[in-house]
Amino acid sequence: MIDIGLGHYLTLGAMIFTIGVAGIFLNRKNVIVILMSIELILLAVNINLVSFSIFINDLTGQIFTLFILTVAAAEAAIGLAIIVVYYRNSSTVDVEKIDSLKG
Amino acid sequence: MLAHSIFFYTFSLIAIISAIMVTVSKNTVHSVFFLILDFISISCLFIMIGAEFLGMIMLIVYVGAVAVLFLFVVMMLNVAQQKNQWFSSEGSSKHIPIGLIISTIIFFELIIVIGGWKFKPDLVTSMSLTIDQNISNTHSIGYILYTDYIHVFQLSGMLLLVAMIGAIVLTFRQRTGVKRQSYFNQISRERADGVEMIEVPRNKGVKVDD
Repeated sequence: MIDIGLGHYLTLGAMIFTIGVAGIFLNRKNVIVILMSIELILLAVNINLVSFSIFINDLTGQIFTLFILTVAAAEAAIGLAIIVVYYRNSSTVDVEKIDSLKG
Repeated sequence: MLAHSIFFYTFSLIAIISAIMVTVSKNTVHSVFFLILDFISISCLFIMIGAEFLGMIMLIVYVGAVAVLFLFVVMMLNVAQQKNQWFSSEGSSKHIPIGLIISTIIFFELIIVIGGWKFKPDLVTSMSLTIDQNISNTHSIGYILYTDYIHVFQLSGMLLLVAMIGAIVLTFRQRTGVKRQSYFNQISRERADGVEMIEVPRNKGVKVDD
C-alpha cells in the first residue's frame, strides 16, 4: 500500500479510462462533453504508456505519448470545428436531437 | 517513499474525482474546468514519476491549448444554458443501466489484466532505448526524437498542418451581399467607362439609366 508500484498507476489509468467510457455512454445531452470524455480516455492511455516507460526503463513509451498528444490536439480541433459548423446550421448540439441520419 | 505515496494518492484522488465531475456536472463550463484540473493533476503525477518533459508538455498543450479551445467553443455556442441532465432524462433512460454495466465490465477486465500480469525477467535487459540516468529526461527524449523517430516527428507536424487547414476550411464562412472596396477595380477604371458624352435633344432631356 505504501510502496507505489506499476500496478497503482495502471489502476489509476484503468479508472480514468472507465470514467471516460461511462461518460460517452451516459451522456445524452451535449456533444462537447462527449469530446471531453474522449480526451479523458486518451489521458488514461497516456498514463499507462508513461508508467510502463518509467518502470521498465525504456524511453519508447514517452515518445509514443508525445505523438498521442499531437493526435489528441488535432482531433479536438477538428471535432470542435465540426460542432461549431453543426451549431451554425441547426442551432443545437443536443445529442438526442442530432438524428438526421436515423432511418 | 512515504511522501511519494502520499503525493500519489492525493493527485490520483483529485484526478479521479475531477474525471467523474467532468461527466456528471450539469454545467458544461464547470466540466471544462474540471477537465483542466484533471490534466493538471495527471501532469503533476508525470513530473513526480520522472517524466518531467511530458508533464510540462501536457500542461502547455492540454491546459494551454485544448482546454482553452473547449472553453471558447462552450462559451461561444451558448450551450452552458442547455443543462446537462442525463440523470433525470425522461422517457429514454434505458441507456443508463446498460452503459453502467458495460463500463464496469470494462473496468473489471482491465483490473484482471493488471492483476495477473508480470514482467518477463529478461525483458528489461533486452531493451534498446534504455533511459540513461546521467542525463535529464528532456535531453534523452531529444536525443531519440530527432534521430530515431525523425520521420514520425515530421509526419506528426504534417498531421497538425492538415488539422489546422481542415478546421479553417470547416469554419470559414463566405458572406454574400457584403459590399467591399476593390482597389483593383477602382484603379483600373478608365475615362471611357465612366464618362459619356451625349448630345441632348432640345425640349426632351435625357433618360439616365442606372
